Amino acid sequence: MSEPFDPSRWRPASFLPEEDARDPALLFVVAVLCFLACLTALGVIAGNRAAQGWASQLTGEATVIVRARGGETPDAAAARAAEALAGVPGVTEARALEKEKAYALIKPWLGDVADLDDLPVPRLVAVGLDDKAPATAATLGKALKGHGLDAVVDDHSVWIKDIRHAAGVVRWTAATLLLLIAGAAGAVVAYATRAGLAARRDVVEVLHLTGAEDAQIANLFELRFATIAAISGAAGALAAAILGGVLRLVGGGQGITPALPIAWVDLLAVLPCPVLAALVAAVAARITARRLIQKL
Amino acid sequence: MTPSVDPSADEILRFAGVSMRYGRGPEVLSDVSLSLPRGSFHFITGPSGAGKSSLLKLIYLAARPSAGTVRLFGEDVTPMTARDLPRTRRRIGVVFQDLLLLDHLSAFDNTALPLRIAGHKPSEYRSDVAELLTWVGLGARMHALPPTLAGGEKQRLAIARAVVNRPEILLADEPTGNVDHEMALRIYRLFVELNRLGTTVIIATHDQDLVARSARPVLHLDKGRLRPLPPQGPAE
Repeated sequence: MSEPFDPSRWRPASFLPEEDARDPALLFVVAVLCFLACLTALGVIAGNRAAQGWASQLTGEATVIVRARGGETPDAAAARAAEALAGVPGVTEARALEKEKAYALIKPWLGDVADLDDLPVPRLVAVGLDDKAPATAATLGKALKGHGLDAVVDDHSVWIKDIRHAAGVVRWTAATLLLLIAGAAGAVVAYATRAGLAARRDVVEVLHLTGAEDAQIANLFELRFATIAAISGAAGALAAAILGGVLRLVGGGQGITPALPIAWVDLLAVLPCPVLAALVAAVAARITARRLIQKL
Repeated sequence: MTPSVDPSADEILRFAGVSMRYGRGPEVLSDVSLSLPRGSFHFITGPSGAGKSSLLKLIYLAARPSAGTVRLFGEDVTPMTARDLPRTRRRIGVVFQDLLLLDHLSAFDNTALPLRIAGHKPSEYRSDVAELLTWVGLGARMHALPPTLAGGEKQRLAIARAVVNRPEILLADEPTGNVDHEMALRIYRLFVELNRLGTTVIIATHDQDLVARSARPVLHLDKGRLRPLPPQGPAE
């Protein structure tokens, strides 16, 4: 026998049936969308970190190609260039590379040539630049010219520009993807709200006739779908965080590959997902419900 | 019996040349004029399709007249916007013909519904709702869901919900339609008691026996028009 009803312990029940909030299809779809959104966010963060790493490596270095002229040997010209550059402000180190290294660089194009010494292979000087105030290519070129050297300075600016451009493209693509996912989630919730209103038209009618305002009824649906989205969002975010963690573990110290390094701290990026999902769902449900209720 | 009109009384409802139709259909009410004083008790009778429910719908603002004006609580509600309707609806209690109880809510929750909608806190009305449910004979069924209630219990629950916020006007559409004679009398006595407490009561019914016993004024509708009540015999 059930316990006698105690009005003092009564708590108001939801105006909308609780079982409506357990629609497995809706929960699953929103969870999947949140999972994809979180994976996209993780991918962008990792990609951005990789791009930053490459750019920073390239920013701290320059390469100088030295061609010997007159009676000077290539090795002597390279040594003189290194010496000239070492004294330039913004240069931390200037080192002439051995001729074997220069040969190794051109080997893929020339193949095994018996005697490379017969070819006018230029020498390279690796220049380390100060992180805070690096010397510019123009400054380096001026210093080399001042010492009467025939040299070309490559400060990697073309590569850095390409890398930054690629990183920007990735960011914009991800932002577009996230917007599309948010739009899809909003559309799914709008559809579910429409279905929910149609299924519970009797409830809406009773609420209306007992004096409920349109906004009060819309709030019910808004709260209902925001809650569903928050729960699904949490599930999707958790799944994405687990996958990110697994990729981090199996990928070793630098994530799945050195090209896409996931850090443990990146996994925190999934935390806003339930809140954002609830926000998108609340807005979609509110707009849909208000529009439909006005037509009833 | 013709509608009672007492110009000196505090008027709660006035219809002036009211006609109504659904969409482009035929008129279901034609040129209805009436005036009811505050605190009165009226029956609306007439055969099926005479327009009783439509007349009640106009009063509880679920429909609008196609012609004429409806004044409620001294205010012309005909041009009222959707935004203004809730404020006026909260002053009206309705026992709907099909009851419109929410099956997923307990009797207590169903009864408390108008108070929650009006923004009252549970602590303000818990005891009142419990007292009201006891008053209508549902003190032992407060936790029950409507599908588990008997016909008479459902009727009384619908009445409890209709009066819980102490409406100024109470409308009931065939409130004794699905209950036996004894239960009909019990329900009628509830209405009489509410009327004694100051609520204006309007009951649409087919129950000629109940009307005859009550000796209350009657608004008789026939083919959408108010007519003098036939001297005797059933309304249909």
